[in-house]
Amino acid sequence: MTASLWVTRLIAGRIASAVFTLFLVSLAVFAVSLLMGGDAAEAILGQSATPEALAGLRASMHLDQPAPQRYLGWLIGLLHGDPGTSLVTGRPIGGMIAPRLANSLLLAGLTALVSVPVALTLGILAAVKRGGTFDRVVGIATIGIVSVPEFLIATVAVLIFAVTLHWLPALSSLRDVDSIYELLRVFALPVMSLACVTVAQMIRMTRAAVCDALTSSYVEAARLKGVPPRRLVLGHALPNAIGPIANAVALSLSALLGGVIVIEVIFNYPGVARLMVDAVATRDMPLVQTVAMIFSASYLVLVTTADIVAILANPRLRHQ
Amino acid sequence: MTALVRLSGLQIAACKDGGVTSIVRDIDLCVEAGEVLALIGESGSGKTTIALALLGYARPGCRITGGEIEVAGHRIDRMDEAALRTLRGRVVAYVAQSAAAAFNPMLTIMRQVIEPALVHGLMDRAAAETKARGLFRALALPDPDTVGDRYPHQVSGGQLQRLMAAMALITDPALVIFDEPTTALDVTTQIEVLKAFKTVVRDLGTTAVYVSHDLAVVAQIADRICVLRGGTVQEQGKADQILHAPAHAYSRALVGAAAPRVPAEPIAMPPPAPGEAPLLELRDIVAGYGGLDANGRPKACILDKVSLTIRRGRTLGVIGESGSGKSTLARVVAGLHSAAQGYVNLNGVPLASRIADRSREDLRRVQLVFQNADTALNPAMRVGQTVGRPLTFFHGLRGRTRAAEVARLFDLVRLPAAIADRLPGELSGGQKQRVNLARALAARPDLLLCDEVTSALDPVVAEAVLDLLVDLRRELGVAYMFITHDIERVRAIADDVMVLYGGCQMELADARALGSGPHHPYSRLLMASVPHLKAGWLETTMDPFAPVPGQAGATADGCRFFSRCALAMPGTCDLVRPASLVADDRLIACHRELAEL
Ligand code: SF4
Repeated sequence: MTASLWVTRLIAGRIASAVFTLFLVSLAVFAVSLLMGGDAAEAILGQSATPEALAGLRASMHLDQPAPQRYLGWLIGLLHGDPGTSLVTGRPIGGMIAPRLANSLLLAGLTALVSVPVALTLGILAAVKRGGTFDRVVGIATIGIVSVPEFLIATVAVLIFAVTLHWLPALSSLRDVDSIYELLRVFALPVMSLACVTVAQMIRMTRAAVCDALTSSYVEAARLKGVPPRRLVLGHALPNAIGPIANAVALSLSALLGGVIVIEVIFNYPGVARLMVDAVATRDMPLVQTVAMIFSASYLVLVTTADIVAILANPRLRHQ
Repeated sequence: MTALVRLSGLQIAACKDGGVTSIVRDIDLCVEAGEVLALIGESGSGKTTIALALLGYARPGCRITGGEIEVAGHRIDRMDEAALRTLRGRVVAYVAQSAAAAFNPMLTIMRQVIEPALVHGLMDRAAAETKARGLFRALALPDPDTVGDRYPHQVSGGQLQRLMAAMALITDPALVIFDEPTTALDVTTQIEVLKAFKTVVRDLGTTAVYVSHDLAVVAQIADRICVLRGGTVQEQGKADQILHAPAHAYSRALVGAAAPRVPAEPIAMPPPAPGEAPLLELRDIVAGYGGLDANGRPKACILDKVSLTIRRGRTLGVIGESGSGKSTLARVVAGLHSAAQGYVNLNGVPLASRIADRSREDLRRVQLVFQNADTALNPAMRVGQTVGRPLTFFHGLRGRTRAAEVARLFDLVRLPAAIADRLPGELSGGQKQRVNLARALAARPDLLLCDEVTSALDPVVAEAVLDLLVDLRRELGVAYMFITHDIERVRAIADDVMVLYGGCQMELADARALGSGPHHPYSRLLMASVPHLKAGWLETTMDPFAPVPGQAGATADGCRFFSRCALAMPGTCDLVRPASLVADDRLIACHRELAEL
């Protein structure tokens, strides 16, 4: 009982520190937006605005309040699920983001669904056959893919599959999707481009974790007990690699967050990331802040989940 | 009788950097059924490599290149990997040196112990578990019915080693290979494990190959001994013959190194001038990890009120098992670990507790020689440079004078001066430890802290390093704090001996007084646990684990040794910290009267 209490406290600690980090991030995001924001009222009204009009707009946007007060107001709003209104469209940000967020989650989710199983399988196989031809081919391929930026992969993919072969659409508009087939066609290119990078990273880290376990004394001892190869990998090495693998998956998926921005722009995909890019262009600071917070929160959720998985998988932490 | 195990003309080669070097050559061996054969040798003698060949296994980078290997009628050298798999764990089983590393940390012990029986399809799970519990009992493991439900990190090293033996024996294999199974254990644990092994091997009539570097341990368990060096057999024969009438020169050297050392001649030192402060004085040192509680004691207390003095040119031996706090003691003196309470005086002047706050002169006077020369020497720096740097730092020597002094230091530690241009990787273990010593001596210290400086070395080499330490002391008049787990070594080199247990001082005695007169029960246990180079010693030595009824653990204030003490008095010992009994040449922390000890 005390053991499970201990684990609960350990996990609670991780979650608390994630929440605290998120709080620090919110400070940073707000500070940065102060720095780069300039005067939104001026941006909206333009150079020729009269001082009275500017003052009036500032007051209505609470820009005349001191920064700490504005920060508090924004934070409390966020906590209540109300991130404020867009400076440009004047619409509530929540309503603008919600459908976009769903789209982005769909894109990221599909990518994860494709990349995680592929990566784990290839990574484990490469580790088992380390030093062999398969391992070397996978190694070279992953290094090659990791070193190419995703925008290049995406562009080349568009050139080949959309422009030259006409198999797939170059833009991923969701408007005319009405069948699974259409859905697959629309998503094929962005998901593939995104998956390339994450898969490559995950394969490398998974291979390293499994290799580590496979060269350990306990695997040698198990081999000398006559344990067959499959059981050696699945029963002995893999349980020890769960923690590192969970971390690898979390890190790769969080790299996905950065990739999403590029991919959504290239394929003109109506996701949250493109919303952010547009918002930066129009200096729509409340919108930028909110999207930044969403990205940070997703990152922290991924990393904390990996931490918790590692804790739960490790008997040394479970049974102190 | 027919041989159960037969090796003839065994050759094993290591493939490294494209080249192939032979590491084991022309091994011819036989083991008869029911016999225990010991393979003895230093590191690099090929003993483990040969033992693993009996499983048809060569470590990565090695290859069995020739010869015949036959175990229980199976020609192992002709088998492919799949056939070998059906043999390993069923016909030949293996007990590794470090069970702590050989058990998978993620799986329960029972699951791993019964795995050989399950993968070979010999029993169903229930039958295997029942059999495992029986073996746990035979190996004198505590809680035999529940110990299997635990994870490896939840049991002690000595217990894991016995659990590993249970894992090997679960399939009733024809041959069991014990690969240095007690080397990583404390002496008092080693004896407990050895007894358990010997009992099951005898009761089950197991045929075994026992790999070890420790002749005294082997003497307890082997019927025959095979002495190896550099991958070839030097001599083999009945245990008695090798132990008492070794024919080969190398066997004689091994037996010589294993025999108890003759204590060094006491070195006459001028009596201290009246009022002269001791070289080093520690008073009531409390040290540990974690924050301090209300009484100023750390949460995890590693050293608890330790006091000692070392006079100029004298040697204090500090002895204790793993976890006794002996290394922390050296680190406190060296300034690498700040004490929470107490003080350290050098020549009567308090030393700063952190190394960063010490003057260059204080740094020079106290030098630490690390246990492991492999990690203490910078692998990318020529050893002459390593030894020269302190000369520049402490004494401002440069250029030709520095080179001359480096040469003198190498001469002092009996190394050829030409070695200065080598990298640590090109030296043997003993040479590296000498360089390590020379580096410490370069500062011209008053006090050398030697932390287990011989424990990573092979016995013959360790003896030579000990001799060197004795000579250096005579020539230079340095004082030593000699920290070790080996009471025989301490007795041979020290003037005074301090025994630590669980961070507390159990006894402080004149080294010559050890072995006679009253002693702390723990000191007695330690002395009784050192294997003698004599067959049958194991049976006659006192049982250090004579069960003491109802002795769980003591309170934080009680005697640290309470739970293992045969003389403990519940109601007193577990509640009150013992005061020191004082005799003229010893101090013993115990509640008993001197006469009872
Ligand atoms: S104080 Fe008691 S428990 Fe401790 S050593 Fe003495 S007799 Fe044993």
